[in-house]
Amino acid sequence: MKATGLQGVVSTFREIKSRAESQWQELRNSGKPVIMVGAATCGRAAGALEVLRAIRDEVKKQNLDCSLVEVGCIGHCYAEPVVIISKPGYPPICYGHVNPVIAERLIREFILGDDPCLDFVLGALEENDLIPSFSDFPRAKFERKVILKNCGHIDPEQINHYIANGGYTALVKALQMPPEAVINEVGRSGLRGRGGAGFPTGQKWEICRNAPGSPKYVICNGDEGDPGAFMDRAILESDPHSVVEGMIIAGYAIGARYGYIYVRAEYPLAVHRVQVALRQARKLNLMGKNILGGDFSFDIRLFQGSGAFVCGEETALIASLEGEPGTPHYRPPYPATNGLYGKPTLINNVKSLTYMRHIIDNGAGWFTTTGTERTKGTAVFALAGKIVNTGLVEVPMGTTLRQVIFDVGSGIQKGKRFKAVQIGGPSGGCLPESALDLPVDFDSLSGAGAMMGSGGMIVLDEDDCMVEIARYFLDFTQRESCGKCTFCRLGTKQMLEVLDEITKGQGRIEDIDMLSQLAEDIKAGSLCGLGKTAPNPVLSTLRHFRDEYEAHIKEGRCPALMCRDLIAYYIIPEKCERSCDACVGTCTVEAISTNKKRIKVIDQEKCVKCGTCLNACPPQYNAVVKLSPPSEVPASK
Amino acid sequence: MTKEQVEVKQQTKRILNRFGRKKGNLVPILQKVQGKLGYLSREAMVEIAEFLGIPEMAVYSVVTFYNQFRLNPPGKHSIRVCLGTACHMKGGYITLDAWKRRLGINRGQTTPDWEFDLDTVACVGCCVMAPVTVVYDKPQGKVEPTKVDGILLSFKLEKERQAEESQ
Repeated sequence: MKATGLQGVVSTFREIKSRAESQWQELRNSGKPVIMVGAATCGRAAGALEVLRAIRDEVKKQNLDCSLVEVGCIGHCYAEPVVIISKPGYPPICYGHVNPVIAERLIREFILGDDPCLDFVLGALEENDLIPSFSDFPRAKFERKVILKNCGHIDPEQINHYIANGGYTALVKALQMPPEAVINEVGRSGLRGRGGAGFPTGQKWEICRNAPGSPKYVICNGDEGDPGAFMDRAILESDPHSVVEGMIIAGYAIGARYGYIYVRAEYPLAVHRVQVALRQARKLNLMGKNILGGDFSFDIRLFQGSGAFVCGEETALIASLEGEPGTPHYRPPYPATNGLYGKPTLINNVKSLTYMRHIIDNGAGWFTTTGTERTKGTAVFALAGKIVNTGLVEVPMGTTLRQVIFDVGSGIQKGKRFKAVQIGGPSGGCLPESALDLPVDFDSLSGAGAMMGSGGMIVLDEDDCMVEIARYFLDFTQRESCGKCTFCRLGTKQMLEVLDEITKGQGRIEDIDMLSQLAEDIKAGSLCGLGKTAPNPVLSTLRHFRDEYEAHIKEGRCPALMCRDLIAYYIIPEKCERSCDACVGTCTVEAISTNKKRIKVIDQEKCVKCGTCLNACPPQYNAVVKLSPPSEVPASK
Repeated sequence: MTKEQVEVKQQTKRILNRFGRKKGNLVPILQKVQGKLGYLSREAMVEIAEFLGIPEMAVYSVVTFYNQFRLNPPGKHSIRVCLGTACHMKGGYITLDAWKRRLGINRGQTTPDWEFDLDTVACVGCCVMAPVTVVYDKPQGKVEPTKVDGILLSFKLEKERQAEESQ
């Protein structure tokens, strides 16, 4: 009986796959040009929808026959909006910084004419003799795309695109294996949870499978609350089916019947795409009752998180699924044995689940060939801040921070000097230049006072104040603390007040010791990860940038010229050009006036220190400067 | 009970009909009701508590715990200034000040003419476009004080255009 059931599963899937492949072939090889527009949230913020509209209008106007596809995020976010054009006779070409005008030109000159508009080209997707391809970029040597492979190359709202690119074969393969063998495979791969803590995934699955109680649940933790991280958003928006497939495999392995995808409500596009993906998977019976006609049934629901950072913590996440305020509980018992409604519950991060299809498809042995001794596979980072190539990168574990920031990310914007990299969000820390040669994995980063976290990486340059960033994170954790543990609730507030005073130049030198003491107490007196790690941004900046704290306290000076109470804007009279009044026009509070000699002067009383004048002053004059302490400003005559 | 309150109650009831009576549905119900009515009024919360058979206090504690829920009506256009790490380091706090100055309100408030409401959001994940402001569901990148003025101007022009058309 069993064998015929499984054979049925395989043959049903074969039909689905061949339909998907023919649809994909029709798109790729029909002889029609294919235009893909990257329309994930970051692309949309840069104007991708306007570009899409311009292309659609122009195609209609010129009466062209070509396919227009909305894709996800290709990872080159610095160049958004991104458009990929595949025209027969040419390699697929990726264009960056496209606006509606450029889009129209691309249609007229490349699609209609035969000029590939080399001015706007970012790179070709395949090697060729005409245009440098992405694989020729120096960064390609360090990158290795596994879970980001589909992102930006398929339409996330077309399940057939996913299936034609190898999707759901891992599920079918897993269904033919005993559940224990699936867990064994995941265990042997050495995959460690990508949510931040790095717990071995296979072990978690095994505990959950062996735990008594039913029904069991699988939860995908997509509550990416770390400010500055967007890897999970990009995956959910660009390749949602890979997460769904991972969850179904997990459900099969641990013997679960239901799953929840928990996505933040702040990610409306991700929510929408997951909803579409679930509907499509259910329609093809890849999910739901008796999957593909076999014995296994599994269904997934979407749950929207309501904007509480602490809900990224698994027990708090479960509380919010149960309709309670998201306050964490003491562990053990862990959710793997006592989770949702007291039942065994497997909670995995988005990225951990996305790896599943690759591990099952290619085998554990393949997975272990990448990475370091203790951390296998690849690491996905969201690069942001003062780095040239902001965006999503995937590199093998063990790549050094220097390679990620300088080789893949092309270094610091505007030729400024690197100061620090903030890794791991509010739970992580700031690492200075001396730590740049650390290999990226779970153990070495926590050794240096940061942590892997989920993968947000904010690069800071000489203009960023380290006291201010510590203050920023404490302001965040203080507001997001659920209030259950006294030390977290009151301690973070105390630390924030002390840091506030330091950034205002009212700190005392004893405050530094008080901060360290408070940090230890908060760590010891908090139940969950939020409180236990909340002091990390302060501790790591104190460890590596103590001199900046001292400059604020002793000299009332902000060395990075960032803290607004400690700086003043000033126009150097000798540099100010009489005939120019760019600053006067842009000042948002009308604080700049022209004196008798037609030199511009800032009224310090009115100035709100927004920096608009500094940006407006033409570079050939460069007359606006920031001074710290504010008493440096010469008295006006 | 005023006419509006009766209306709120009826709309809430209509939404509730689509849900099962289990507590796990509380957050999704609140999201749907707020999505429809713009905020969670006292009447709506009482109705929800009754439907789920839980104390009114349990609903209120969930509503006040999560950042997403609001207890007062929003303005016509919602302005959400992102204060994620990248946005903050690139001057999101300066942008927030500019919005406050121009709208004359603090975060969490609505302008007296109900045109705008201002709030912050932890991170919308568009860190590469920092500093970001979400204007009525659409994230806009590189919003600095001058762009704040530009966005407000475009709202003003749009309003004038609509006024002209309706004449």
